[in-house]
Amino acid sequence: MPPRAARRSLLAHAIARNIGLVLVIFLLVFSIFLYGLIYGLTEGRLPGGFELTSTVNNTMPLVLAAMAQTLVVLTRGLDLSVGGVVDLANALGAISLGATPARMALASAFILLAGAGLGLVNGILVAYGRLQPILVTLATLSIYQGLAIRILPQPGGAVPEGYTALLTNPSVPAALLYVVLLGLFWTAFRRSQAGIAIIAIGNDEGAAAANGINPLRAKLLAYTLSGFFAAAAGLFLVATATAGDATTGNGYTLTSIVAVVLGGVSLFGGRGSAIGAMLGAFVTTMIVNILFFAHIDPLYQSFYEGAFLVIAVVLAEGLGRFVRKRR
Amino acid sequence: MSAAPSLEAITASKAYGGVQALDNASFSALPGEVHALVGENGAGKSTLIKVLGGRVRPDSGTIRIDGAKVVHGGPNDAHLLGCWTVFQELTLLPWMSVAENLLLRREPRNALGLTSPRRLVAAAGRVLEKFGITEIDPRALIEDLPLAARQVIEIVRALSHEPRILLLDEPTSALMERETAWLFAQIRRLRATGTTIVFTSHRWHEVETIADRITVFRGGRDVGSFTTLAEEEAVTLMTGQRVETFYPPLPAAPSARADAMLSVADLAGGRLAGVSFTLHQGEILGVGGLAGHGHRELFLMLFGAERPHAGRILLRGREVRLRSPRGAIRNGIALVPEDRKTEGLLLPLSVRDNLTLAVLDRLSRFGVIGRAAERAQAARLMARLAVRAPNAAIPVGTLSGGNQQKVLLGRWLLADCPILLFYDVTRGVDVATKHEIYELMMELARSGSAILFYSSDALELAHLAHRVLVLREGRIAAELPALDLTAEQIVAAAMRERLAA
Repeated sequence: MPPRAARRSLLAHAIARNIGLVLVIFLLVFSIFLYGLIYGLTEGRLPGGFELTSTVNNTMPLVLAAMAQTLVVLTRGLDLSVGGVVDLANALGAISLGATPARMALASAFILLAGAGLGLVNGILVAYGRLQPILVTLATLSIYQGLAIRILPQPGGAVPEGYTALLTNPSVPAALLYVVLLGLFWTAFRRSQAGIAIIAIGNDEGAAAANGINPLRAKLLAYTLSGFFAAAAGLFLVATATAGDATTGNGYTLTSIVAVVLGGVSLFGGRGSAIGAMLGAFVTTMIVNILFFAHIDPLYQSFYEGAFLVIAVVLAEGLGRFVRKRR
Repeated sequence: MSAAPSLEAITASKAYGGVQALDNASFSALPGEVHALVGENGAGKSTLIKVLGGRVRPDSGTIRIDGAKVVHGGPNDAHLLGCWTVFQELTLLPWMSVAENLLLRREPRNALGLTSPRRLVAAAGRVLEKFGITEIDPRALIEDLPLAARQVIEIVRALSHEPRILLLDEPTSALMERETAWLFAQIRRLRATGTTIVFTSHRWHEVETIADRITVFRGGRDVGSFTTLAEEEAVTLMTGQRVETFYPPLPAAPSARADAMLSVADLAGGRLAGVSFTLHQGEILGVGGLAGHGHRELFLMLFGAERPHAGRILLRGREVRLRSPRGAIRNGIALVPEDRKTEGLLLPLSVRDNLTLAVLDRLSRFGVIGRAAERAQAARLMARLAVRAPNAAIPVGTLSGGNQQKVLLGRWLLADCPILLFYDVTRGVDVATKHEIYELMMELARSGSAILFYSSDALELAHLAHRVLVLREGRIAAELPALDLTAEQIVAAAMRERLAA
């Protein structure tokens, strides 16, 4: 009865709705292809199981950081403290993970809870303090980094081998399992009341409130979960490095935002999927790999990374417009 | 009238900043009653609806539902009492689907508390079907729907809760006739089941058609409730004065030798399938027809905001390419859009800044704005347009809709654009402001401006244009001379194809 809204095929809907996801899959395939090509040219053989395992292991912290960042970005916020929480979890892991499995489990649980607590602090300041997310998390980034340095002034500590084997086994791609679990988590979360509330407030906070959603509660949850996943990223980082370093996490603030953008999550909130952001994390790693095997001077690495990001975002935007026009 | 009221507001007050939106207003509605709230923009109707619906807490006063005092802590509390609202500014989530919006917070869930897209779409499809909506795909994103369809979804969502009290704030302003008829059928069905329905409208014939009782608001207060009320009386009550002649007299039509200001030849693109016409100096050329037949594209192309696929635009006989609104303004073309909030005004900026935005280069020297000149210009315009604002420095977003529209008109007056494109400028504007806008249009035409005027209100076109082009399916279906033109003729020309089919 009311004006036209043509019915389209299920596939067309799915593509139009997940254009960011389609693009990041394309980017991933393309970058894997390029990586294989350059690897083959320089090494004289194709990358195999070892390369797969180490790539997935090395990307795990970024995958988790991207998940953390996505949850906050969906609320139309930004979590700059991700890197700080990663550092703090890293430092805590280095000093507290003991030799026994029970000790490891206890310490890990404590660190994850601590991360959630740090996220909750961000959430309280943003939701109840009504402060700008960028401001709050910029401040807490410094605070969390400072705490991390205080806990572990010099790189060191020790991570038991069993822990590394469990999280980021260098010989079996066990981490792939965690990626799949994270994907399942997201799929369920997206379909839960809480997940819908987070996306709804990112769409339009006022409209969501008019529909009876509590925006403050949704924000608290988003930031708390963000802290939790950032702490998990820190644990994976310490596991791969097998020793702690309270400064290696810094970069995750920016790279998590890069992964989120590559993954098609809108920085204006309300649109996008953590699966896209996690794939974006893999694209980011592949770029680094490609540059490495192309023997690009590490000094120029960030130049090429930046150039690639701009191209990818322009491509995404162009494709989005193209799809929109064709309706 | 023996039944007890199901919904009451007793001496409710609410102030926003310095503006008293509701001032000791009282209101009551009965079960099974359709109650219309009428008044100018800024009279307090929307605020009353928000207070009744729990969206806004009154500063003082009492709300009663079924005789019991209620203090809404938020919309949820009102919902628990069976009171649902369709707000004027829609509360749909743009990047979520129709299904997600319709069933927000009551999605079908499995044992784990999770919903699934498939079940959601199926359930939403059933809801739409129940209310006779078959043309909206539950999977479509809200942002991809036209405004009318969004409004329909908003209404369906409220209806699907089977409200005992339904509040509708300007539900028809975005709807075309067919959807309005659908809404009225729904309202009649609810009334028969004893539901209380409160609605606001600026269209008198709608009020006359459906309302059992009418309460008039003025200046934040109720000024009377009536079971029958003539339009003239209502207008008098709303404005507090008698509006002598609602439509001002048209200036004489320009002679056949008047300068052609704007000519369009075979313009096409989007839903516009090839349109040619000429607009003369001093002429008001009406454009009518049903929404979605290319009007929007035509106006956006003439304002440089959309590129035509084919055809030519000539200004005083010289062909121009309009690549941007900036280019159009440079060529002396200004657009006053319907959606002033998103297409014209910078809401957080002051009235003054908004007025002088298009002429800043004229007020500036070496890139620095001359504040004194700006102030003087703005003050003059505000007086001329009778903009009701405490001062020129307050954000334009705090003004009522009609006053916002006047500010936008003022901007183009200041810019001295000889060609003005008026796109449904009076939509959602109150009677008195409408009248002022009409007067202004006539004055502009008399002083030699050429005006292209689209309106969704055929009556307006019939009274205010020298001739009317009716667009249908992207082409000019009819050109009607103003002499003895009636709204019925315009509507008939717009619908002809459809009736024949």
